[in-house]
Amino acid sequence: MEPKIGVYICHCGSNIAGIVDCSKVTEFARSLPNVAVARDYKYMCSDPGQNLIKEDIKKLGLNRVVVASCSPRMHEPTFRRACQDAGLNQYLFEMANIREQCSWVHLDKDMATEKAKALVSAAVHRVALHEPLETKEVAMNPCTLVIGGGVAGIQAALEIADSGHKVYLLEKEPSIGGHMAMFDKTFPTLDCAACILTPKMTSVGQNRNIELLAYSELVELSGYIGNFKAKIRKKARYINAVKCTGCGRCSELCPTSLPNEFDCGLGQRKAIYISSPYAVPNKAIIDAKNCRHIKGLADGKDICRLCQKGIEKKGMPGCEADAIDFNQKDEIIEIEIGNIIVATGFQQFDPAKIYQLGYGRLNNVVTGLEFERLTNASGPTGGKVLLKDGSEPKSIAILHCIGSRDTNYHKYCSRVCCMYSLKFAHLLREKLPEASVYQLYIDMRCAGSGYEEFYERLQEEGVNFIRGKAGEVTDLTETPEEKGKLMVMVEDTLVRRKRRLPVDMVILSCALEPRPDTEQLARILTLSRKADGFFLEKHPKLDPVATTTDGVYVVGCCQSPKDIPDTVAQASAAAARVLALISMGKVEIEAAIAFIDEEKCSGCKICLDLCPYKAISFDEAKKVSRVNEALCKGCGTCVAACPSGAIKGRHFTTEEIMAEIEGVLA
Amino acid sequence: MTHYPYYPGCGLSPEGFGRAFDWSIKGVNKVLGLDFKEIPDWNCCGTVPYDTLHEEASFAICARNLALAEKMGGDLVAPCSSCYVFLSRTNQYLAQYSKVKKSVDEALAAGGLEYHGKVKVRKVLDVYVHDVGFDAIASKVKKNLAGLKVACYYGCQEVRPIFGRDHPENPKYMDKLVKALGADAVNFPFKSACCGGSLIISEEDASLELIKKLLDSAVSNGAEVMVTGCPLCQLNVDAYQSMVNRKYKTDYHLPVLFFTQLMGVAFGLDEKELGLKTSIVPAKKALAKFI
Amino acid sequence: MPEAKTTTFIDEICAIPGGEDIRVCIQCGTCTASCPNADRMEHTPSHLIAMARAGMRDEVLSSNGMWLCLSCYLCVVRCPRDIKITRLMHVLESLSARAGLNSRRTTTPIMYKGFNKYITNTGRISELWMMVGYYFRTGLLKAIGMLPVALSLFTHRRVSLKIDKMKPEGIKQLQAIIEKAESSGGAR
Repeated sequence: MEPKIGVYICHCGSNIAGIVDCSKVTEFARSLPNVAVARDYKYMCSDPGQNLIKEDIKKLGLNRVVVASCSPRMHEPTFRRACQDAGLNQYLFEMANIREQCSWVHLDKDMATEKAKALVSAAVHRVALHEPLETKEVAMNPCTLVIGGGVAGIQAALEIADSGHKVYLLEKEPSIGGHMAMFDKTFPTLDCAACILTPKMTSVGQNRNIELLAYSELVELSGYIGNFKAKIRKKARYINAVKCTGCGRCSELCPTSLPNEFDCGLGQRKAIYISSPYAVPNKAIIDAKNCRHIKGLADGKDICRLCQKGIEKKGMPGCEADAIDFNQKDEIIEIEIGNIIVATGFQQFDPAKIYQLGYGRLNNVVTGLEFERLTNASGPTGGKVLLKDGSEPKSIAILHCIGSRDTNYHKYCSRVCCMYSLKFAHLLREKLPEASVYQLYIDMRCAGSGYEEFYERLQEEGVNFIRGKAGEVTDLTETPEEKGKLMVMVEDTLVRRKRRLPVDMVILSCALEPRPDTEQLARILTLSRKADGFFLEKHPKLDPVATTTDGVYVVGCCQSPKDIPDTVAQASAAAARVLALISMGKVEIEAAIAFIDEEKCSGCKICLDLCPYKAISFDEAKKVSRVNEALCKGCGTCVAACPSGAIKGRHFTTEEIMAEIEGVLA
Repeated sequence: MTHYPYYPGCGLSPEGFGRAFDWSIKGVNKVLGLDFKEIPDWNCCGTVPYDTLHEEASFAICARNLALAEKMGGDLVAPCSSCYVFLSRTNQYLAQYSKVKKSVDEALAAGGLEYHGKVKVRKVLDVYVHDVGFDAIASKVKKNLAGLKVACYYGCQEVRPIFGRDHPENPKYMDKLVKALGADAVNFPFKSACCGGSLIISEEDASLELIKKLLDSAVSNGAEVMVTGCPLCQLNVDAYQSMVNRKYKTDYHLPVLFFTQLMGVAFGLDEKELGLKTSIVPAKKALAKFI
Repeated sequence: MPEAKTTTFIDEICAIPGGEDIRVCIQCGTCTASCPNADRMEHTPSHLIAMARAGMRDEVLSSNGMWLCLSCYLCVVRCPRDIKITRLMHVLESLSARAGLNSRRTTTPIMYKGFNKYITNTGRISELWMMVGYYFRTGLLKAIGMLPVALSLFTHRRVSLKIDKMKPEGIKQLQAIIEKAESSGGAR
């Protein structure tokens, strides 16, 4: 059938028409081969714009369509749908990008118009060779894997599980809860973090649809949306989790004390321990690196085992549930899921990298997280804010932007520090009403519901706000009054004076940064990362929780620093996306993918390693490569690499690409 | 023997106030098997005064020295911290700003020279630490300086702005060098603080205050001698120590040596060769056990 | 052709390589907090930047602030926006001297001028004669206070009456280079 092409030039308001002479381009399009009709319109993506196309297809019998407008990333689905609605196969459509690749990047109107013509010509030449293609559907596995058991992962898991679908919740640490479980209060409402989080944690533990895989890690992932297979390492706890009742007697018996991670090392735990008072699962775990018995086993000795045996003399029996298993090994399990939600969170910036702030060198310079533990009733001081020597601080400086907004460390603003610094100030005013509290800030960023109001409240509470970033914290004092104090150097930029601020305690409001395993996880899940290291979302505005890997979603702080409300909102959004797919029961896959001509395939396997989506497998019986149609993204890497020319990219055939090039040059 | 082009700068010239640095470098080099070959007819780097008042030509005069060094080949050693900063900075600006490159190329051409940006500028300490190494240095020690308490004073520009290879605020490699000689490097929190630089002349009060802080810190931490790798730091803390004492009613007698002089002592070199007597605060007492 | 834009003070600063950093300052004051001489300045480094961006040309150029910069680079390594503040201070000094506005409350410009004279004439600096020249111009009283230091420098062979000069051909070459650079306006 002879091609009969309709060409539609979009003005995009003044975005395109401001630089490109659209009527000239339309005129030019009419002169191109096989073009039956060419029109220009203010907004092609609008309903009237789409109707133009639909009517032309029906009335003029068009069998090919070209729209010259924005990026295909933006509106290709829109126009494909319009074609399909009018009865035309969606692959008989081609888009020319005359906005991002033309009007937005050029200033010379005449030259830009010429370039737009060339791009339209390319699309017209190409579309003439397009073939109708059919998309395929695959069944959707209704199980979901949530990676990360912080507030984001908990929220997503509960929402999916509550609608009756199975969720595997994977957590690296012995207990779920994440950073939020360490917090004291939450801004701006001052809800107790534990009071609002622990009910959710308990629900996770009790929900029949949630299989909690605590102290476990993702090792490998294969498959594709709807049909993923994940290998998970369940690390040895050295405890039979079924038998353990969480009574905690083993910890009392254990003779080895170690810094408690949950208290940022400020408090102590034992080598056999339950990680926090509200741990879920509430099961003990043995720190194998530090357990005397396990270390002894390596040398063939049988020592200690007090947790198991108890101390008879003191009348303290050992584990009565017989839950301790020193011979437990890591276990690899395999699960099948349809979707994955990544909620791995963040890590706190290590301020010891900034030498001049004294962290790690000077006593009573603490991080935000350390302060959370110091002020938390379940923390090492029982919620009393105390200095290293056990006394109460009389003056405290809270230093903003530590590691954030700093080209030497992280360029980005961590978004939550202004607010949590205000929260710290409030807790200090409450607990130590006599103490002076200073906030050293560059800009107060309090954008959020009730946030500015909270800032005003803190001003009213008598906190001293100094507009300036601290340059240095030192214990080198100059006068008798300064003796024993920490000196904070800052310019009060509102009065333009350098100040030496003597304080007893310095709290560093540290940046939120990507976790160190982000890169490894990105590799396993084939996710991209942004320049700042966080996971890249599919579209920052219009598709903020999806990723370029279909079926994998990113939520919470692993995507960018954010507060609890935003994190929870994202988790719910991703849960809704997953539930929508589950209720569809199937998923459509792109037809523009690679296709291997088995006759021509020499079985050299070059394509296997090159495929970034692990979509090619090898058929050992026939000695040929095979493309998994659900996994292939149509990137074309294998097409270009195949030495025997056996691989064809559907919708990107050599003929189509050559025609496109000819069109540009015509 | 390893050869390096050498830019002594005005401070280390035969009539310069830091001439003992030059002498001791040469003495130590003989022991370590290094050869610093002076750039023929070098000119002053211009340092801050020229940069501020003759900003148009300040890159060009530095580039003249770099062009001369480039002809000789190898890394250029500039012992003086200020020379080092200004020569390194010229490289940086030539690479970063095409307009600087154009102006400098034209100016050099007027003097019949050209520069292709190939000269890496380094400090003596950097060469000793990274090219020779602590072990090789320790192996040359004849008089172990055991028991000598030394404050290692890097000054600002040894490690700043960014050309250095050590931490810009808490450098350690001079401390390690001193330890390789057998001596103790005392805790000295002011190790990279400023001595007042050339403003000792025009802003005497400000600079004396800074020198006093250095002395307070070094002496209170038990230092018997201070070593540095910057001629201006050495001059300020040494020559103006008596003024500090007068102004602040203190009584400091802390000898301030170039680290190369201390190396020379440990290598058993002659006191004269090292110019120990050019120190205004005498070092004799502190070093009595070793010379 | 668009009309020629009037050159603002900030344009003047940005025209000098390194000066353009002034645009990205976030006024956090880290430079001032790190500066050993900030207390003696009429305007702190970050204040000078703010004033310059507000177009307060004469106030900035007649301040003593930049002349008190010790070039210790502590601000540069700490600046969260990677601004080369030391260079910026030198740029302000340059513009100040050029405009004849340099502060009378510091004698640093006089010292710098004396220093530079030696570079142009002999290619190298003589510490002794530079200081003599400086004290001659700024007041002999101060010089008397300095006599003990000067004397001790003499007796320890730290300064010479002799001036270490370049060779005549070298000086000629250097002067040709300087002349060319200045006549072309440097990198502006």
